[in-house]
Amino acid sequence: MESIRDKVAIIGMGCTRFGELWDKGPEDVIIDAAYEAYEDAGIGPNDLQAAWLGTMSAHWIGMGGLGLAEPLKLKHLPVSRVENYCATGHEALRNASFAIASGMYDIVLALGFEKLKDTGFPGLGAGRGMHPVLEMRRTAPGSFALIATRYFHTYGLSREEGKKLIAKIAVKNHKNGAGHPKAHLRREVTLEQVLSAPIIAYPLGLFDCCGNSDGGAAAILCRADLAKKFRPDPVYIKGIGFSVNPIMPHYEPGFDWTGFEVSRVASSAAYEQAGIKNPRKELDLAEVHDCFTITELVIYEDLGFSPKGRAREDIEAGSFEITGDLPVNTDGGLKSFGHPVGASGLRMTYEVYKQLQGKAGSRQLKNARRGLSQTLGGHPNVCAVAVFGNETG
Amino acid sequence: MAGIISYGAYIPYSRLSRELIARAWGNPPVPGEKAVANADEDSVTMAVESSFDCLKGIDRAKVNGLYFCSTTSPYKEKQCSSIVAAAVDLGDNIATADFANSLRGGTSAVRSALDSVKANPDQKFLVCAADCRSGTPHSADEQNFGDAAAAVLVGDGPDVIATIEDSLSVSDEITDVWRREEDRFVQSWEDRWVIQYGYTKNVEAACRSIMEKNGLTPADFGRAVIYGPDARSHTALVKSLGFDPKTQVQDPLLTYVGNSGCAHPLLMLVAALEQAKPGDRLLWASYGSGSDAFVLRVTEAVSRLAKRRGLKGFLSPKRMLPSYEKYLAFRSIIAVPEEFIRLFPSATAMWRTRDWVVRCHGSRCRQCGTTHFPIQRVCYTCQSKDDFDEVRLSDKKGKVFTYSLDNMAGGLDSPTAQTILESEEGACRIYALMTDVDASEVDIGLAVELTFRKFHEFGGFHNYYWKCRPVRGEE
Repeated sequence: MESIRDKVAIIGMGCTRFGELWDKGPEDVIIDAAYEAYEDAGIGPNDLQAAWLGTMSAHWIGMGGLGLAEPLKLKHLPVSRVENYCATGHEALRNASFAIASGMYDIVLALGFEKLKDTGFPGLGAGRGMHPVLEMRRTAPGSFALIATRYFHTYGLSREEGKKLIAKIAVKNHKNGAGHPKAHLRREVTLEQVLSAPIIAYPLGLFDCCGNSDGGAAAILCRADLAKKFRPDPVYIKGIGFSVNPIMPHYEPGFDWTGFEVSRVASSAAYEQAGIKNPRKELDLAEVHDCFTITELVIYEDLGFSPKGRAREDIEAGSFEITGDLPVNTDGGLKSFGHPVGASGLRMTYEVYKQLQGKAGSRQLKNARRGLSQTLGGHPNVCAVAVFGNETG
Repeated sequence: MAGIISYGAYIPYSRLSRELIARAWGNPPVPGEKAVANADEDSVTMAVESSFDCLKGIDRAKVNGLYFCSTTSPYKEKQCSSIVAAAVDLGDNIATADFANSLRGGTSAVRSALDSVKANPDQKFLVCAADCRSGTPHSADEQNFGDAAAAVLVGDGPDVIATIEDSLSVSDEITDVWRREEDRFVQSWEDRWVIQYGYTKNVEAACRSIMEKNGLTPADFGRAVIYGPDARSHTALVKSLGFDPKTQVQDPLLTYVGNSGCAHPLLMLVAALEQAKPGDRLLWASYGSGSDAFVLRVTEAVSRLAKRRGLKGFLSPKRMLPSYEKYLAFRSIIAVPEEFIRLFPSATAMWRTRDWVVRCHGSRCRQCGTTHFPIQRVCYTCQSKDDFDEVRLSDKKGKVFTYSLDNMAGGLDSPTAQTILESEEGACRIYALMTDVDASEVDIGLAVELTFRKFHEFGGFHNYYWKCRPVRGEE
């Protein structure tokens, strides 16, 4: 198997404001994300040779590539629509990257978006899947609450201790996102607010859950050897790992409900391609899938930032705060942006891209050279991990 | 001699205090409570429960038929006995029939089963009866009716716990209590006439006639198990027949269950059999446009009957509904916000997957022994293809491995208890909603069992599937 390392560069990115975009349709979100990316790369739609659209909303089933080609008027390009649960944005990026790496295309577009606020329901819907009863009333908060309950039990945290531990992740992410002009929820919260918030799916309260938002993000990818023709500071893809577990965790024999093999496998693959041996030391930032605070906690362990069962020590030491040794979710994460499913992987990548270029404004980290974005979705049983760097080699 | 081989009962976990109903309408308090089917229960699911109880210790391969009896069958057109038979996992080569519309459908089915057994003494028939009748709000019926199910296995041989020495029926055309196709609530004519010329006249006639035919007097019976629509009419009838209400009469179960319609005669029989001693003779009678009457004799085999919950086991575990409105919502008498559920109805998908959706079968890999639910053609552990045995999981207990209490999932039982249970069968993991539970009871390690419930009505049909509930009640 070959590595994707240093074969593909990002030369432009765009990201819309995230939030309840009542006055914008899917086409507006797509146009706003794409045109910011065009401008950033210094190209126009006619420079593209192919495009990938990532979106998963049920009412888009059957739209195929047209959903992207129509609003952007991409004339006779090969446009594909991809979907892989919450990793949909990364799936668009991954497919587009591999198309470049294959030598088939020089410049392509990967765009992800979602218009959740057009569904009339403040969540992703209760009950999923294609079978009429199997996943009845299964919700995303419900499924991740199963992790929280078992994690607390396995590692001897009382309900109060467990709630307080994950609440710190909410406080951190809201603090990071409070000043971000594109975030949905731009305010800090206190530990007390998080702990006293209404329960969504016990043990997860309101601030343990990300919001439901609209938004879109886009990346222009090109052959790494051409990147500097477009800009002096391209960002290179160092590794992409993707893992799909072939059974719902709910039915997986022996599944321990304290973390995800898909995250471990996908991150190992990405690290190997990127040549990373110690992610905690070698990464300068990580944008991870904090759909729920407990998710971010187990990701620390699954991605090798903290030893298994010991994320608590690092959370309490502030290691993942913006001032810590490995800042996580510097833009505020899903907690601040919400989770327009198809957009999230690319929105996270947008933050990594800006940080690696030194253009992250008030959130800018010192000497950020390598960063990671990660999404985790499905039941959950799908994980994407992408590692980026601001120089080749 | 042919008779009853086994019995089972089911009383829903939810009960409504009659005082709450009275208070809602500004009426004086009424004693007792009524059993109320949960929002996810109906006559089919309750019949399944009582049938599981009845099948304890019984070899399913030796059951030749199942009769479902109800005046509140969930389908006007479509057999329900076939649903019950599949849910309790009987074979395909059996007789199934629905005895609908009649309050004495349960006893009529027992007579029918008895005739079959007399013709084929090696056959066994499961008769299950369930009802959840609705009385008009503010009516005496509403106070009186309760929801329940009961089942008996009819057959012959040394395992008969109560032989049926004789049975007979009387038929009488009378429009005393009825419900038309378009009626939601039970209707009736003036009660004095209903009791005198409907219930009392017919049941008396059947009971007197069977005693006379067999040369028996009330003194020959250990217990009179006679259906009663209300306590006063019941007491008057048994006295008039010559039974001592204090020592000889099975309590009509109206105070703590309510009148469970078609299920009620069978439920009362279960109550009587639970206390019966070998040699006891029982007079058993039902009512509904006539009457079915039976003479039963309890045998020594009653002491060998496998443990089961029966009426006793289901009656004491309960939760009192917090309000009359909750009952009205369970019954869809008042409208509540619809659940936002993204599931695609498909009769074909339900049919194709019926071995796990209805029969609750998992697959046990023949190569590595992994047990899966739902059935997996390719084993998750060793990837063997189409090399498995189906195993029944519905009658296996399990433990909660992890859970959540979801306020977003909606429904009348919010927060929804979502659990991962680990079955005692091959440590099989199952995602199951927990029903009949208070959120404070849910915990890791809690012992649970599976229960067949109604999930939704998408596609315009009843979508049934399995949930779990805490293991309650002695067996």
